[in-house]
Parts: sequence; structure tokens; C-alpha cells
Amino acid sequence: MTESTASQDIYLPMPATIEESKLLTAVDRFFRIRLSSGAELGHMPGQFVEVSVAGIGEAPISLSSSPDTTGVFELVVRKIGRVTDALHALPQGSPVGIRGPFGTTFPVAEALKGQDILVITGGIGLVPVRSAIQYMLNRREDYGEMAILYGTRTPADRLFTDEIEDWRARENVTYLETVDRGDEGWTGNVGVITTLLPKVEVSPVSTRVIICGPPIMYKFVIAALAARGIPLEHIYVSLERRMKCGVGKCGHCQINGYYTCLDGPVFNYAQLSDVPEAI
Amino acid sequence: MPIVKYITTDQLLVWVNALIAAQTVYGVQAKEQRFAYDALADAADLRLDFDVTILPPKKFFQPLVETIMKFHVDGHYESVTSEEPFIIFGVHPYDVVAIAQMDEVFRANYADTHYLSRRERATIVACDIQNASPSMFAACMGTATVEDGFDILLTKIGDGYVVDVRTAKGEALLVALGDAPDADAGTLARREQFWDDARRFLNKYLLKCKPTDLPALLEDQYEHAIWEHNAGLCYSCGSCNMVCPTCYCFDVQDEVDWTLEKGTRVRKWDSCMLRDFATVAGGHNFRRRREERYRHRFYRKGQYLWQRMGQIACVGCGRCTTACTAKIANPVELYNTLMEG
Repeated sequence: MTESTASQDIYLPMPATIEESKLLTAVDRFFRIRLSSGAELGHMPGQFVEVSVAGIGEAPISLSSSPDTTGVFELVVRKIGRVTDALHALPQGSPVGIRGPFGTTFPVAEALKGQDILVITGGIGLVPVRSAIQYMLNRREDYGEMAILYGTRTPADRLFTDEIEDWRARENVTYLETVDRGDEGWTGNVGVITTLLPKVEVSPVSTRVIICGPPIMYKFVIAALAARGIPLEHIYVSLERRMKCGVGKCGHCQINGYYTCLDGPVFNYAQLSDVPEAI
Repeated sequence: MPIVKYITTDQLLVWVNALIAAQTVYGVQAKEQRFAYDALADAADLRLDFDVTILPPKKFFQPLVETIMKFHVDGHYESVTSEEPFIIFGVHPYDVVAIAQMDEVFRANYADTHYLSRRERATIVACDIQNASPSMFAACMGTATVEDGFDILLTKIGDGYVVDVRTAKGEALLVALGDAPDADAGTLARREQFWDDARRFLNKYLLKCKPTDLPALLEDQYEHAIWEHNAGLCYSCGSCNMVCPTCYCFDVQDEVDWTLEKGTRVRKWDSCMLRDFATVAGGHNFRRRREERYRHRFYRKGQYLWQRMGQIACVGCGRCTTACTAKIANPVELYNTLMEG
């Protein structure tokens, strides 16, 4: 071997601090985090970071804020495992380790520009998608029609309810939502996410779709879109896998030949149509 | 000018003992009826007539359990990399090829300092194959002999060894060898013949296609009945992964010491055959069925890594075949079955 070793340790987290932590639902917690170096994270919508809690471990977490939010970045973490349990228990001001940003982005600054945007998201799929929504709303004139469809199990599972009201109030955004099961106060739609699709206009030519949700959602949503003539290359999906290392080494996040951490998590669906493990 | 010496077996012993006196030397040694790499204390323990080692030399570059950093729970992390130079004595050509592949894996995209620092501090003394292992098919895979990727190559010719030195690191070891004659033309001609034979005969199983045909072969065999059939016999034990020189998947875990304030982050070998390899938080398993995991391993070896780096991730050592209790790991049998359609 003639090449010299790069001095940078790709596994070494950057020190950071939890500036704000608040519950959004019974199990989902919002975090605002600042890197101790004062540097910007420098991500784009769709990317993720590896979050370390020293002594517990590290987990891949989607970035939820747009890069327009400077100085800090935002995550939403579901309490669902060892690292995420520990994160939920950390008080504000606690140190965390951050690696990243990693992965591909929703092409908000490229292929989505000038197009009609349809965002279809379920559950905590809204977390990475929110970064793209914020980015596009901050540059609303760069895009055509914009619709957001959001589905959750129950009304209490909805994230970012304040922001949702802002989207609903906007004249230049169509916001529709549904729940699998309503409660006493719920007067909105009840049913799976695909029941919202007939309520929005789509164009095989100008509509670009962003999809992120639970694994079960993709198959049905994509079939419904295909039935309405949306070409596969106009669909962008963000997929979840076990992105242990984030740098294409550990092997856990493979989707057939793809590494979700390097080639994803955002894929153009045309890339995945012949990839049996994708959805 | 290339340096190609010829030394007697006695000279080899003296040389290796001189190397052991100066630095850490890992060499192939007998382990009950089989062979393994371990620290050499005496050149007499070195067995260059080995057929195959139980574990490949990857364990020196990516240890089974490896500390990659130290931390304090206040959020301070510090990188830990190995600085110790060492020699590996007795690496067969197929393992040399595997190491070159791992170099590429750990260098690509994001360079892995933990692997690379170990790799750069290693001197590899390769050794041509004197005895074929029970399951090998290195000749089929084009890995029975090797052109580069080592610092020194030893080839047993007659009662001695040709010592072929290719790098400055290799040359540095020659100081301990002292005077030795250059290999003469007759010896080098015998070595050519030895290599020709190795490339033809070092197979216990015969792959019925070229290795480079495997990616195309796999293109149409995703739903072949063999996956489900063989997976029905699989114990999901991961032995095939553990012994494989081109398996490198890992898990990372934090270990806290008794103070509960400090600890280490370690990475450990992992196995794509284990049930929870692709399970995410919350319990969803993206490769839940055994046949999905079994198939994934062969696709990764024969197609996925080829697509990424242009190399078949199998070097024909046959370790998986030997290690598999269920007798379903033999890549030659598997690929030949797929060829039958």
C-alpha cells in the first residue's frame, strides 16, 4: 500500500449540545441541536446524522429542519430502542455526538424546481420530509402547485401540529390529512393515506412526488400514482434501513446492491423498480 | 531491480527467528489437526506447508473485536488507532487477493483509518500453496497464484524457497536474512512451472463458468428454488461469514467501564446470515426470511460488490464450505446449480 492514511476518523462524532428537547407526541421527541464547534452542519433536505449517546451507542436519525435554519438543526426521535430511549431521557443542555450529514437529498434545488410538488407522508415519515417542505415553502415561487398529504394512526400521532396549521392556512398549498382511527374531537378524514389521493390533481408531466412513511405505505401509494399516469422517475422515496455506520462499510443497510446510507436514503423510484428488496 | 533470492529451509528458520527477535511476527501454526495464524515464538512452529487457515488474515486488519474510540459520558470522544508494526508470515495467494479487495472496500468513499492504519503497518509475506485445502477452488477463481498485493512472496522449490521481494517494506526484512544467492534461471523456470500447475490444478470443486460470468448468471436467478431449499437446511449460524476473507460487515457497540463514566466504542464482526442483521429499531426486519439472508450473501459475493468495485467477492478458499454444518455454503455447488437453470 502506497497511499497514506487519511487522518480523519470517519467514526469520530463531533461534540454537540441538546439546546431544546420537547415531546411532540407520547413517543416522539423534538430536539434542537448545536454543534460545539459553532460550525453549520451543512445538510440538505433528506439527509441524516448518526447521533451518539456516549455509553449507550449510536443511531441514524433523519434531519428535520431545513438548512435555512442556521446555527442549529432539528431532529425528531421516536422512543423505540436503546439509543432513542436514552436520548429521550437526556435533559436540555446534555452533550450528544454527531456524525454526518450523510446520504442523498430530495432534489429540491435541482429536479423539483419549477415542478408541481406532491408530498405523501405517513407517521414519522413527516420528519425528513419536513426539511424539504420548509425548504420549498421558503422558496415558494420556485415551484408550481404544492400539495401535502399526511396520514397517521390517530390524531394524537400527528407531529408538528402548529406547522400543519400554517400549511393548511396557506392559499398556495393544499394540505390534506387522514387518520386510521379518529377520536371524539376528530372531524377530518378517516382511512389510509391512499384515500386522499383522488382529492388532489396530478399531472403525468409536471407532478413530482416525495414519499416517506412506514414500509407498508410505499407499495400502495406507488401503485395508486402509477394508475394515475405518474412516471416512476417522477417519484422520490426516502427509505429506512439499519444505517449503522453511515459510510458504506458495515453492510447493514443494503437494499440488494444499494447502500441506503450512500445511495439513499432518498432514491428516485425509477432506480428501484427492479430492486426487489426496496419496497 | 527486483530482488529474487533462493534460500534453504535452514536459512528460512534462522531468518524468521531473527525477525521474531525484532518485531511481532504472526505466522501459520498447527492448531490440532488444522492451521491458524498466531504470534510466532519460534520459527520451528511456522508451517508453510499449511492447506488453509481456520480464519483468514483479515483478523489482523479488522480484529474480531476492535476498540475504535474511547469516550467519557460528558460527550468527549477520542479516536483509537493501532500503531504497532507487524509481519504476517504465510499468506496464500487467494488471501492476498482478498486483502487487496478489503483495502479497496475500506478506502472507498470514506477512508477507514482503523483498518488502514493496521494495514499500512503490516508487512505481508505471501507463500505459494504447497497443499490444497479440502474445499478450495482457487484455480477456478484465478486466485491460485498472485502477481502483487504482497511485500514478499515465498515459493517452495526443491529443498528451499524462492524469496521474491516486491516492496521497500519487503526489502527491509532482507536485512535479517543476510547473504543469500539470487535465484538462478533454472529455479525460476521451475517456479513458472509450479505456478502453471497451481493455476490448473488447485481445485477440489470445478466452477462451470468464469468468475466474471457470475454477475450475469445471478441476474435471472433471484427466484430460483435453490434459495428456499438450501435455506431450509441453514442454521443461520453465520459461520460462513466468520471464516470468509471477503466478509467484513460489522456491528458497533459501546462498552462502559466500572466507573460508569468512561468506556470504549468497539466494533465487532457481524453476519448477514444472523436473523436480526437487517432489523431496525421498532422491530421491522427487512430480511426476515432465512432464504432472503442466504440469497443475499451469494448475491453480495457474486454480483453486488462486483457492481460497486468490479471484483467478485469470493476468492475460492473454500473455508465457508468446510465451516458449514448444513453443507449448503459451497459456492461452486450453488453457482453450478444456478447454471443448470
